[in-house]
Amino acid sequence: MNLVEMRGITKRFGALAANDNVDFVVRPGEIHALLGENGAGKSTLMKILYGLYQPDEGSIVIDGSDEPLRSPADAIARGIGFVSQHFSLVPTFTVAENVLLGYEGRFRLDPAEMNARVAQLAAANGFSIDPAAIVGKLSVGQQQRVEILKALYRDCRVLILDEPTAVLTPRDTQALFEILRKLREQDLAVIIITHKLDEAIENTQRVTVLRLGKVVGSQDTSSTTSAELARLMVGRQTVPVQREAATGSTQRVVLDVNGLSVADKRGVQALRSVTFQVHAGEVVGIAGVAGNGQSELVSILTGMLQPQSGGVSVDGKPVILGDPRACTQHKIGRIPEDRLRGVIGDLSVADNLMMEQLDQFTRVGHLQPAAIAEHAQRLIEDFQIKASPGDPVRTLSGGNIQKVILARTLSQDPAVVIAAQPTRGVDIGATEYVHQKLTEQKARGAAILLVSEDLDEILLLSDRILVIYNGQLVGEFASDAVDLDRLSMLMTGAEKTG
Amino acid sequence: MEFIFTLLGATLRISTPILYGALGEMVVERAGILNLGIEGTMLLSAFGGFVAAQLSGSIYLGLATAIAIGILLSLLMGFLSITLGLNQHVCGLGITLLASGLALFLFRIIYGGESIPPALEESFPQLRLFSGTILEPVFSQYVFTYAAFLFVPLLAWLLYRTSFGLRLRSVGENPEAADTAGISVFRTRYVALIIGGALMGIGGAFLSLAQLGAFTHGIINGRGWVAIAIVIFGNWKPWRVLAGALLFGGLQALQLRLQAEGVQLPYEILLMLPYVLTIVAIAITGRNASYPAALLKPYRREG
Ligand SMILES: Nc1ncnc2c1ncn2[C@@H]1O[C@H](COP(=O)(O)OP(=O)(O)OP(=O)(O)O)[C@@H](O)[C@H]1O
Ligand SMILES: [Mg+2]
Repeated sequence: MNLVEMRGITKRFGALAANDNVDFVVRPGEIHALLGENGAGKSTLMKILYGLYQPDEGSIVIDGSDEPLRSPADAIARGIGFVSQHFSLVPTFTVAENVLLGYEGRFRLDPAEMNARVAQLAAANGFSIDPAAIVGKLSVGQQQRVEILKALYRDCRVLILDEPTAVLTPRDTQALFEILRKLREQDLAVIIITHKLDEAIENTQRVTVLRLGKVVGSQDTSSTTSAELARLMVGRQTVPVQREAATGSTQRVVLDVNGLSVADKRGVQALRSVTFQVHAGEVVGIAGVAGNGQSELVSILTGMLQPQSGGVSVDGKPVILGDPRACTQHKIGRIPEDRLRGVIGDLSVADNLMMEQLDQFTRVGHLQPAAIAEHAQRLIEDFQIKASPGDPVRTLSGGNIQKVILARTLSQDPAVVIAAQPTRGVDIGATEYVHQKLTEQKARGAAILLVSEDLDEILLLSDRILVIYNGQLVGEFASDAVDLDRLSMLMTGAEKTG
Repeated sequence: MEFIFTLLGATLRISTPILYGALGEMVVERAGILNLGIEGTMLLSAFGGFVAAQLSGSIYLGLATAIAIGILLSLLMGFLSITLGLNQHVCGLGITLLASGLALFLFRIIYGGESIPPALEESFPQLRLFSGTILEPVFSQYVFTYAAFLFVPLLAWLLYRTSFGLRLRSVGENPEAADTAGISVFRTRYVALIIGGALMGIGGAFLSLAQLGAFTHGIINGRGWVAIAIVIFGNWKPWRVLAGALLFGGLQALQLRLQAEGVQLPYEILLMLPYVLTIVAIAITGRNASYPAALLKPYRREG
């Protein structure tokens, strides 16, 4: 007996078919991975199942009934729960208020009773969470648990999670899958969208792969490998980039960071006297668990934050800190952690591409449309961005937005590249592409600082790895002498010395 | 001592219409809508209530009319800003202009060019508690004033202790979350506007049917705008909004008193005082203001 049967689903946005005659079947008691590149149509399919989008064609049968899903309320009533990429929580409400919202059960509310109800639900499913906590103050992992609780409270039988692990630390990811396994034992079905193939192989029973809106494979997880899945997703064999031999230490120092210290908003010391150098043609990776000072370091180096003490120089010239314009002057290229903050969504691809070089595209204060369009066309071709110059950037998929940022940054031949989480939420095809581009920059002689929570990425690209813990650099490894055990210990603070 | 009690009494009276306006505005803003139509809504309510009371001879019918006008103008605000999703600043200012123009126009038609403002034969009486005691000047108030103070805990209860209040606040903070929880964002916002419009209507009626028992064009005189400022001062919380209304009312009462005492200051400066101090108070408290996150944002489901 199938719990969900989606048959012949087609959904068009203008000329584009985001889902094209998709069949998708989920059984009770399985964790089902939905895979595909950026823009393959995964989120669209799930939004249709949750009643957020109406399909143009096709039928959906849930538990034997094919009544149409006109709104999320319909879907919830039919037992569908959805945890989207962007949480839909009210940050100023408590955990309990968020869980019960819309399903309070009575007009008069009694906070103590609400907290007790949510605590009981959490305990029954093996969560530990404080029902009275304000959601906006919780970590991402905890907020995700609130979303899951919300769905469970509404008696969901099918739980959809859209890229739940993209923003989680490894430990939170493990905890999440433990919870999902428990749900599966209670005969719920879980649908999980992810870009991490190993995660899908290890934790799911079935996989369905979408490419360009069509299903290109649906099978038992045990009968496939991550290499096969990767090939299905991309439609060709994938090859991870090879790191070029380190040329670093023999070269001149380009980025010189000296004794940076800063406190965060609450006055807690976020960086403690951080000092390091990056040479021309060298990739230095900063490894660490999220929240150990990486964001602050990147913010300082990109001019968005003023440190309490310390200095930065590029090619021997001191950089004025706390002023983003200094970055352009010193040719510091930025690939920001949150790509939506690196672009202006309502402006066109062309405008976003020239934004940092406005002077070159204006004459006595007048924009030069022809030059801007030509510039955009060239970069769109060079960087294989799937968009036209006039499209507003917000309509692009995550991977393509990242390409716009890469194109803008790397086409200016930066002396230094600060790459923060450059492949977060990006599919393997685009990940490979980003890696290849960074490697090209290195060959050109740029000094590259790679800050990533993805240890595999750090190991793959870096010539030298620095470990950050609690705002301090606690260790350094050369790429050919990495002791993984010691690295993990340093990252988690289990070993203190550097 | 007596001076203080008289001042307190005046404070309560002056605060009343502002408190109604501010409470109404607070409810609406909590649902994510800034209703800049408040100034015009209070004016047309004051006018309509007055005309209805004069024509029918019933002050209660007058009050009902004022409330109805408040609700109607708020529904218009809802149609423009919720259903059509138009810019809330423009819609609100438009409604204020429309309502002020209507009041002026209808006044001309009904009362012609009379230079003495028309007055009611019978207006709402004062309800004196503790008469004969030292507290008498404090508690010689219109029913409206006592009711306004009851609305504060009532609205606090509604916002924080009922499922309706939770939903209303969720719609003003994160309409997507409310929508995915099966709450109708449109309907909730309309209900908030209706409650707010009714309160603004009562605020207008208080002036024309009780305190003055007459109508002039300057009857609202910026009280709607002050109410909006007080909502910010009150950080969208009923009890703090009450504090804000009392602060403004108190400064106004003091200013009037100082004028009456013949203080050696140009009266313009005294007139300015409550406004200037309100701005200062907001500059201090407003920095930590926690605006409803979805304020000013029309809601559309994507796709
Ligand atoms: N509301 C919309 N309007 C127009 N186009 C849309 C809309 N939503 C999605 N699309 C387009 O539909 C295609 C599929 O998008 P979808 O979000 O489903 O991809 P995805 O597989 O979830 O990708 P990702 O891994 O980046 O999240 C993309 O090309 C996207 O640009
Ligand atoms: Mg998606």
